[in-house]
Amino acid sequence: MVLLLFAAMVVAAPLLSPADPKTQHLGEGLLGPSRLHPFGQDRLGRDILSRLLYGGRVSLMVSLISVGISLVLGTAAGSISAYVGGWTDELLMRIVDVFMAFPGILLAIALAALLGPSLQNVIVALCAMGWVAYARISRGQILILREMQYVQAAECMGAGFGRILFHHLLPNARAPLIVEGTVGMAGAILAEAALSFLGLGVQAPTPSWGSMLSEGRSYLLIAPHLTLFPGMVLALVALSWNFLGDGLRDLLDVREGTIRSDPFSS
Amino acid sequence: MRRFLIRRLSLLLPSVLGVVTLVFLFIHLVPGDPVEVMLGESANLADRVALRSALHLDEPLLSQYRHFLAGLLQGDWGRSIQTGRPVRELVFERYPATLQLAAAAMSFALLLALPLGLIAARYPFSPMTHGALFFALIGVSLPSYWFGPLLILLFSLKFGWFPVSGRGGVGHLVLPALTLGLALSALLTRMIRASILEVIRAEYICAARGKGLSTIRVLLRHALPNALTPLLTAIGLQFGSLLAGSVIIETIFSWPGVGRLILQAIQTRDYTLVQGCLLIIALTYLVTNLLIDLLYGYFDPRVRYGR
Repeated sequence: MVLLLFAAMVVAAPLLSPADPKTQHLGEGLLGPSRLHPFGQDRLGRDILSRLLYGGRVSLMVSLISVGISLVLGTAAGSISAYVGGWTDELLMRIVDVFMAFPGILLAIALAALLGPSLQNVIVALCAMGWVAYARISRGQILILREMQYVQAAECMGAGFGRILFHHLLPNARAPLIVEGTVGMAGAILAEAALSFLGLGVQAPTPSWGSMLSEGRSYLLIAPHLTLFPGMVLALVALSWNFLGDGLRDLLDVREGTIRSDPFSS
Repeated sequence: MRRFLIRRLSLLLPSVLGVVTLVFLFIHLVPGDPVEVMLGESANLADRVALRSALHLDEPLLSQYRHFLAGLLQGDWGRSIQTGRPVRELVFERYPATLQLAAAAMSFALLLALPLGLIAARYPFSPMTHGALFFALIGVSLPSYWFGPLLILLFSLKFGWFPVSGRGGVGHLVLPALTLGLALSALLTRMIRASILEVIRAEYICAARGKGLSTIRVLLRHALPNALTPLLTAIGLQFGSLLAGSVIIETIFSWPGVGRLILQAIQTRDYTLVQGCLLIIALTYLVTNLLIDLLYGYFDPRVRYGR
């Protein structure tokens, strides 16, 4: 499993070394793979390989930023709410419920539609979609951890709120958050591509794997390579992140959420 | 049982209210003037004023909210800016199609995941299990907007087994349901396997085996029901992602559902229609989860009688 950590890295690294620039060769539309263009060319004759590489940079950046922000915001909200308790906690749970009433992508789609298609808005939309998971996980963890003796000891010794949170609670709550983070990366990459596919994400001429797939649909029979390669890369990257998350989950011994959220295990 | 019902229903109310409020605020989250965005820059003043008053946008926020709520309760969800038809009509025209798709996808997912999960749990270290788990990982990584067109390429265009798009008989349903249900089946396989593994360690399973019952009988009659019940909640939650995923699937397969409608509405800036679609999807999700919770309470008496 850990071997596929390398797969994830390998897939990510080449994105940092761009191949040819994304210039158009209008006379050579829709050609299949060739010596000069290993993955073929798209409708406007642009090299698919380099579009994949550039698109990968976009995908990676978007997913890293949105997962990062979601993680920070969600964890902050969840852990503070769990630690403080009382009606703050209730309030947060209601807010989370409302957000969760809009299934995943739908929220992102609605937001992206609202704010207009652009890179920043995609990030905003993905954050809105993602923060909930981290909030719930961190809240669950903190609820258990705050009853621990060392926390109570720290409180007795006069440790402040911040210190308890950062020094005692969060380090011990890390594991499931990290796992969720890696799985979240896979989700974010797929979600960004989905938004681009629907035309709500990154706009032309900036390449994005999702919009490449969308273009490919029209030429499915005559130029399948337009669809084949972006999708393969997308699937591979998502797979790598999922593998990574899986390996981490086994490593850190995090039990899968479903059994945990058993209603009668207090 | 009745008290449980009442309690659960009362929890539904604030969620519904929250959802309705969020949908209401939707139009107001548009940067700039919503009316201008909807009508475009070339609209004349008279049209703009008319739209503004029709949408009550010239009134204070609270009274707009009142209008919105009142309208909803009376069944008036506003009119589509583009076509002028009532939103409710448009949405409910497409609603059964989406439900059909979601139900088919869920059935397919369960059909695939149950045997796979069972096998994976029964023979934990066999190559079959490794295969099943690998499939599970791949299933969640495959983007539907890639897998779908690929299926179309293979089975519709090359082999001609299934129609390329549109809604019709069972044949039309196969490819979309397969695409939509794949990711779910992968997820369910893992969950079922994990749940059965937990259940198998219980004493009553040991007792059943001790009585001499066959493996199949023990698995199906004793282990599975107890394993599935905790999964009900998770399945309900996943139904939501089915609804969300239908937007993409319906686009790929030109399936006339609410998902495609919302996309079209977004592209034409028909925000009242978008609101209506969002509302129906979110409400469906809430009601589904309510039903699942009730079902859970029905199957597991421990849930009914509180902590």
